[in-house]
Amino acid sequence: MHNFSDKVITPLDQLPAAQIQSGFLTLLHKEVKRFYKVAFQTVGAPVLTAVLYLLIFGHILENSPKIYGYGYSAFLIPGLVMMSVLQNSFANTSSSIIQSKITGNLVFVLLAPLSHIEFFCAYVGAAMIRGLAVGIGVFLVTMGFASVPFEAFVWIIVFATLASALLSAMGLVAGMWADKFDQLAAAQNFVITPLTMLSGVFYSIHSLPPFWQKVSHFNPFFYMIDGFRFGFFGQSDVSPWQSFAVLAFAFVGVTMVCLKLLKSGYKLRY
Amino acid sequence: MTAISIKNIKKSYGSLQALAGVSLEIEQGEFFGLLGPNGAGKTTLITSMAGLCKPDSGSIAVMGFDVQKDFRIARRQLGVVPQELVFDPFFTVRETLRFQSGYFGLRKNDDWIDEIMANLDLTNKADSNMRALSGGMKRRVLVAQALVHRPPVIVLDEPTAGVDVELRQSLWQFVSRLNKAGHTIVLTTHYLEEAESLCGRIAMLKQGRLVALDTTANLLAKHRPAGAPIRVLGDDGAADLEAVFVKIMAEANHA
Repeated sequence: MHNFSDKVITPLDQLPAAQIQSGFLTLLHKEVKRFYKVAFQTVGAPVLTAVLYLLIFGHILENSPKIYGYGYSAFLIPGLVMMSVLQNSFANTSSSIIQSKITGNLVFVLLAPLSHIEFFCAYVGAAMIRGLAVGIGVFLVTMGFASVPFEAFVWIIVFATLASALLSAMGLVAGMWADKFDQLAAAQNFVITPLTMLSGVFYSIHSLPPFWQKVSHFNPFFYMIDGFRFGFFGQSDVSPWQSFAVLAFAFVGVTMVCLKLLKSGYKLRY
Repeated sequence: MTAISIKNIKKSYGSLQALAGVSLEIEQGEFFGLLGPNGAGKTTLITSMAGLCKPDSGSIAVMGFDVQKDFRIARRQLGVVPQELVFDPFFTVRETLRFQSGYFGLRKNDDWIDEIMANLDLTNKADSNMRALSGGMKRRVLVAQALVHRPPVIVLDEPTAGVDVELRQSLWQFVSRLNKAGHTIVLTTHYLEEAESLCGRIAMLKQGRLVALDTTANLLAKHRPAGAPIRVLGDDGAADLEAVFVKIMAEANHA
């Protein structure tokens, strides 16, 4: 073994302040690298799934009546993009937290001088990067199948960002709550996937019977898809401002719950 | 200066009282042993120091900083080697150490990381994935992770459980050197001969209560069971402390 130099007795807090920074960027970097190392599975696979949806449903329903004046494939593309953003944002935070909890390596983050806000921002930020990367990937691949307009580009950015942030925060709560992988799978399969699928990804809610149209308005995911689609077509089932208000309210609510849980150490610090 | 100050810490998990009002102080530069049978509350006390567990009452300060109120500064003072062999399977040894350093706010710390790896014989494993390491190597990485932010206080929670003789000896040489360089060391172990030869002072816990706190020499002198042979500390590595430990635990049962 070698001999330790004098540096061993230089405590961190005696180092020049300029050398000591927040750990937030490192945690964000680590979380991004975690999914990037398996990008084939975390980004490539969801893109392929979305393309398969487009190929199958687009082929079957291409001759159906136009929606917003566009063919079915064009109508479907924004929905598929948003669905991919939502599912992958949720999956990133939830899977990262539960894997770290179960394998025990979350201890390294919990031992660090990171506040609950830094913890939240790093996990949610990384999940948003994955969700949006998958969304962009889906869009780039599917745009070869149909021409989609950009009527209100700002709304596209606003809804993609806000919806991704909301699902990332929801995934963080789910990851903290779940003690086992099957609990998390239940949340994903019985809550997130049905709410996404029934939010109007594959249809306009105007095609539904009046009762189910009303029910759809209680699904917060509907507003994400509908507002996002407005950005492309300039038309939607409800006003984009209404969708924005619902989403913003939901995001603030989920964020407050999440920060409260993180601050209390819910299922993380016993 | 006091490195760790623990004041009347109580912690219960449901009906189980893990810590029933423990108070003690550990001075800077000490090599301190925390002993007790399984379930005595050693790990709960360590996790309370590290902020991984929130005590029901009482307070803990590391280098004068409260671990709850001043958590940012307090955590920077402490390096913890966990009992379990935990690791992140996505990353290499170097990535693991860089991330750990970055969590503590040191993002350009490669010189120090290289030095720690050299001291722990990890240099040739720097680019190996954590999954590919043997148990002993993973244990070394855990030690390196605890040191990466240069903490003045190092806590080792049963670091030699299931570790081979060679690694155990090299680990103790390394930790002893850190202690001589000024680091405060807190050690929990079930290998009492290790505690006897390394620790200057020892606390013993039983069922969440402090049942002994003294220098190792005093514990051996005061509590040696009647008829036990008198041996010079450390002359043969024999576990004199084991007899003392058994006696103190038996007395605690009757207290």
